[in-house]
Amino acid sequence: MSIKRAIRVFQRNFAVYKKLYKSSIVLNFVEPILYLLAFGIGLGAYVGEIEGVSYIRYIAPGIIASSSMFASTYECTYGTYVRMSFQKTFDAILSTPVSVHELILGELIWGAFKSLLYGSIIIVTLLFLGLVRSYSIVLLLPVLFLSGFVFAEISIMCASVVPGIDSFNYFYTLFMTPMFLFSGIFFPVHVLPDYLKFVSSFTPLFHLTNLCRAYASGRLLGTFSDLLWLFFFSFVFLPFPFLLMKRRVIN
Amino acid sequence: MIVVEVRDLVKDYNSLRAVDKISFEIRKGECFGFLGPNGAGKTTVIKILYGFFPPTEGEVKIFGMDIKRDAAKIKRKIGVMPQDENLDFELSVIENLLVYARFFDIPVKKARDSAKNLLSFVGLEGKEDVNVRTLSGGMKRSLLLVRALINDPELVILDEPTVGLDPHLRKDVWDKLMELKRKGKTLLLTTHYMEEAERLCDRVAMMDEGKIVELDFTDVLLKRYGGNLEDVYLKLTGKRLKS
Repeated sequence: MSIKRAIRVFQRNFAVYKKLYKSSIVLNFVEPILYLLAFGIGLGAYVGEIEGVSYIRYIAPGIIASSSMFASTYECTYGTYVRMSFQKTFDAILSTPVSVHELILGELIWGAFKSLLYGSIIIVTLLFLGLVRSYSIVLLLPVLFLSGFVFAEISIMCASVVPGIDSFNYFYTLFMTPMFLFSGIFFPVHVLPDYLKFVSSFTPLFHLTNLCRAYASGRLLGTFSDLLWLFFFSFVFLPFPFLLMKRRVIN
Repeated sequence: MIVVEVRDLVKDYNSLRAVDKISFEIRKGECFGFLGPNGAGKTTVIKILYGFFPPTEGEVKIFGMDIKRDAAKIKRKIGVMPQDENLDFELSVIENLLVYARFFDIPVKKARDSAKNLLSFVGLEGKEDVNVRTLSGGMKRSLLLVRALINDPELVILDEPTVGLDPHLRKDVWDKLMELKRKGKTLLLTTHYMEEAERLCDRVAMMDEGKIVELDFTDVLLKRYGGNLEDVYLKLTGKRLKS
């Protein structure tokens, strides 16, 4: 496997993205801000403080986590599927020296990069709004890439087994939305019943949200285990996008 | 010199045998054609040759190298014009070619020069900055041919190169392919148009249900069986090329 050729795949996706970002980046940016306003200001007026901060300050770092997560998952479910099945981009790339494994690695790197990009945009916005206090937030950037890689792995596994593009609805409704709601973005997970707390602590988003919240407020101690979990997920999932997607593409 | 050497190639999809123990060789500088109706296994064979599908059984050697071991090295020297229009529709003509050239590690300047020459070769000069989406069907196929040639390949593989084109556009493509042959490129094409095979191919392999039922020089086949290649195919298989 040549990393250089995987980067070529990344560059191809980036070249196409450069043409489209003006129309797509606004949407990806508006939605998280709407969440922040509706819940932070609207609901926040009734909630008061959580863990010693106003509600809008409480959820703001979680919005970094969710929007960076969705950037990678949308890209590596719908985006990857369209490149594979409708545009036949995969066929074109595979007729060059690029192998199927290099192609998939390129897609994973691309998904991770989009997480980093969209997470960064939210960070800048929150800094601008004064909702992030500590400059330790810059430490979050490599973390966003790592978690983006994990979400890309999950998404590509999904893209390689769905019978059609509509089937992603199941993935989003049954997996992504519950994760989004129960991973500590909107309320501390400790209020949940034990079994839900347990399930939640096994999701990558839970650990990413912990890290976002910690780095946004400058509390760096006690986050090492969350980081380890993200490395653990990226490592454990790693073989499956390759195995499943290879089977899908060449059959 | 032998460019492609295939021995007892078999390809199974689950329980379906798409390619059934075929053997053939392609010599340097010739135009070799697979003729047969849709579903005969032609596309599967060429997808194995450029390393897309792994063979179930048998041996495939290209430029003396094994496709299972040296796919990347082999693909460096191959150009593929696919049946699908799998261009990047968000990008311009030149961007499509530069993105593709990068997969071969061709430096940008060299890629630009080759792109310029190749675009004028197929009559697309001045279209560099046009969005691919706005090209006509014929122009899109020409661009696919240019893209297949961007790495100056020794072997050009063309999957149904003129499918869906008007007769006069088809003749334009044939002229370009003849010119490539004169320049010493080895060509491998699949087609279900007998006229295309008659015009272009030095040798033709007739495929039916994953098997090669006959393989010889085009003129030899015509003499041996009489009529045109369509008649030859009918005599050999009892089937027509276009169903």
